[in-house]
Amino acid sequence: MTPQAKVEWVDPHALAVTVAERVSRGDRFAGLFATAQGDGSTLIRALLAGRGLLDIVQARLGRGAGRYPALTPLVPPASWYEREIHDLFGIEPDGHPRLDPLLLAFDANEHRRPQPGVAPMAPITSLKLDNSALPSRVAGQGLFTIPYGPVRSGVFESVEYIVETFGEDIAYLRSRVHYKHRGIESRFGDLGPDDGVLLAERVEGTASVAHAIAYCQALETLGGVEVPPRAALVRAVHAELERVASHLDSVARNAEGAGQSVAYARMTLHKERLQRLRAQLCGHRFGRGVVVPGGVAGPLLVSPTEALVALRVLEHAIGDDARSLMDTPSFLDRLRGTGVISPVVAARHGALGPVGRASGLVQDVRSERPYGAYVILGFEPAESADTGDALARQEVRFEEITTAFHLAREALDELSEREGPWHLRLPVLEGVGLGTVEAPQGELIYLVEATQGRLTRVKQRSASFHNLALFPEAFGGDVLTDFTFIEASFGLSIAGAAG
Amino acid sequence: MAWLLRGLREGIVTTRYPKKADDYGTSFKAAVSVRAATTPSPELTGPVLSRLCPTAAIEERTGEVVIDRGRCILCGRCVEARPDIFAFEPSPEIASLHRGGLFVPEGLESDEELARLRAELRDRVKALRRSVHVRHVDAGSDGAEEWEVAALTNPVYDLQRLGIFFTASPRHADLLLVTGAGTAAMIGPLRTTYEAMPDPKIVLAAGTDAISGGLVCPSYATRNGIGSSVPIDVFVPGSPPSPFSLLHGILLAVGLLPQRGAR
Repeated sequence: MTPQAKVEWVDPHALAVTVAERVSRGDRFAGLFATAQGDGSTLIRALLAGRGLLDIVQARLGRGAGRYPALTPLVPPASWYEREIHDLFGIEPDGHPRLDPLLLAFDANEHRRPQPGVAPMAPITSLKLDNSALPSRVAGQGLFTIPYGPVRSGVFESVEYIVETFGEDIAYLRSRVHYKHRGIESRFGDLGPDDGVLLAERVEGTASVAHAIAYCQALETLGGVEVPPRAALVRAVHAELERVASHLDSVARNAEGAGQSVAYARMTLHKERLQRLRAQLCGHRFGRGVVVPGGVAGPLLVSPTEALVALRVLEHAIGDDARSLMDTPSFLDRLRGTGVISPVVAARHGALGPVGRASGLVQDVRSERPYGAYVILGFEPAESADTGDALARQEVRFEEITTAFHLAREALDELSEREGPWHLRLPVLEGVGLGTVEAPQGELIYLVEATQGRLTRVKQRSASFHNLALFPEAFGGDVLTDFTFIEASFGLSIAGAAG
Repeated sequence: MAWLLRGLREGIVTTRYPKKADDYGTSFKAAVSVRAATTPSPELTGPVLSRLCPTAAIEERTGEVVIDRGRCILCGRCVEARPDIFAFEPSPEIASLHRGGLFVPEGLESDEELARLRAELRDRVKALRRSVHVRHVDAGSDGAEEWEVAALTNPVYDLQRLGIFFTASPRHADLLLVTGAGTAAMIGPLRTTYEAMPDPKIVLAAGTDAISGGLVCPSYATRNGIGSSVPIDVFVPGSPPSPFSLLHGILLAVGLLPQRGAR
């Protein structure tokens, strides 16, 4: 069970200064969210990670206040969060350097804002996206802008990258993710806590298990329920296999981009076998339906011994091909020195997951704030790399595939020795709860607010959202043909970022 | 060299589907069925039925329990609560040429209507013969659909062996494969892609979200599926649909499927 977060109230005018001071003392800025209140006021909460805990610093904006001093000038990683708050609530962070639409591009005169926390708004009918003046940040002779997306070549999620280039070198890049905004957070308000987990599984489909666990963890913290050890172990088995699948996807896309068709075929073959194994364990290729509030739906569908055998076979096959791939100079040359995020930039932004770990940040929720099975199993994060390029990110992923298999096997071993219930009943929920897990993309946070058992606000902060804001930083001096590797090695989900 | 040896040792991994049924395909939980035509007993009406399903896919129609697979997200709540009535269907061949065909146990359309649709589609795709180019567009999926669509190019499904290819340009595309619940911001790009495709063209809605919006709808930012933006020819339910279901849908769309599989 995650301990309850410490909450500190401040005046809206003091929010930026308070958060900036905490960050300068060594805390990591982990998010900024707003919640509309029934009385017309809005709560703004900043999350800070430090000393093995997540703390909340919050301020209340009175009815009609509509503005507060922005965090971004003092805490740059807050930029996307404040754009999101501006889009969803119409609140102005004073002093924000660039309040472009991020999640919503609609005519704000025709619609009220969605304001998650109160009743959902009517469907958007009037879109406004000014394409005649594509945002450009760099000026100069011979410079032009490529709007790349939202429909791109190949099977990709919809997103638009606006690439400013001289023809080959990428001068600047920014991403527009609003195409995929589904209004998920408002939708949670219509569902009960038990159905909410089904929606959580669909926020970021390639990290279904991680989202389900984080969401349930928030409810469990709120209800003061400790998940039975057996259930925690089953959760860990599925979560670790999900991590392997996600990392294999990233590696396969790197191989595809480099024209390594044999490696691509092999890696996608392993991924298919893994998805089938996951389906064998629970009946769903993405592990949906496994995690329920208070535990898991039931036991694995095959015996732990059988699962162990299948895991070993797969682990060896992947290991063999990984070694061959990391021994292919023509492939490694494409990744080396490509898309560099320096340790300084990574630390300033608080880069999450494999992206951060490839740039010198040793951080992982599984060891910083151990939850569920990781308390039983113990977990030491892999040593981080610090070259910060696409190659380092791929090395980190291969390393994590090894540890994920190791953890899954340990969990299966433990599982055969444990008895007890698969899930516990949650009491009627009241208050605010946080859940955090290490998803394949990095730290995932759920904040759940409930009144008399009804969900009034569910906020998810996927690592994809936080890391995508860092994406442009990876293009220092890279050329258009490097794009594929930078995107694949970041391994982000647009669905998770757009919400 | 190591690659080659490992590949040889592996042998042929590609499925024989659709020529032969595939073991994995037929064991997969692809849809929910009603066990037999079930007349709702007094305790199984209206509110009780709707409580069984988070997406309101179960209803009572002319005195019988009916499931709309176009709304079902395969959460299995109904199967767990009433295994006497509902069951998972162990076959991925669940695509339909008609929205009404997704209702089980009895489709809503008549056999004549289905035959007419099939004939109309057959005429339309005649020119495609054995070279079909697919353009994929994500209209607000959760990302899992893209994994399953992309899986069609892995060595197991190997879409190319059937003369079906993914293409970058809509100008080269015959089939538009759409995933996602239809976000307001993707309607424009989706329409543009559809209009850029030459005739004859086919639209395949991949997944429950694309068909009805699934669990993410209703929402201010989505349009309850893509049906109001482009005309759908083939419906493939699932959350997400498995690669076999997608393959079945594509083959059904281009008339390359033995008749046994067409609903």
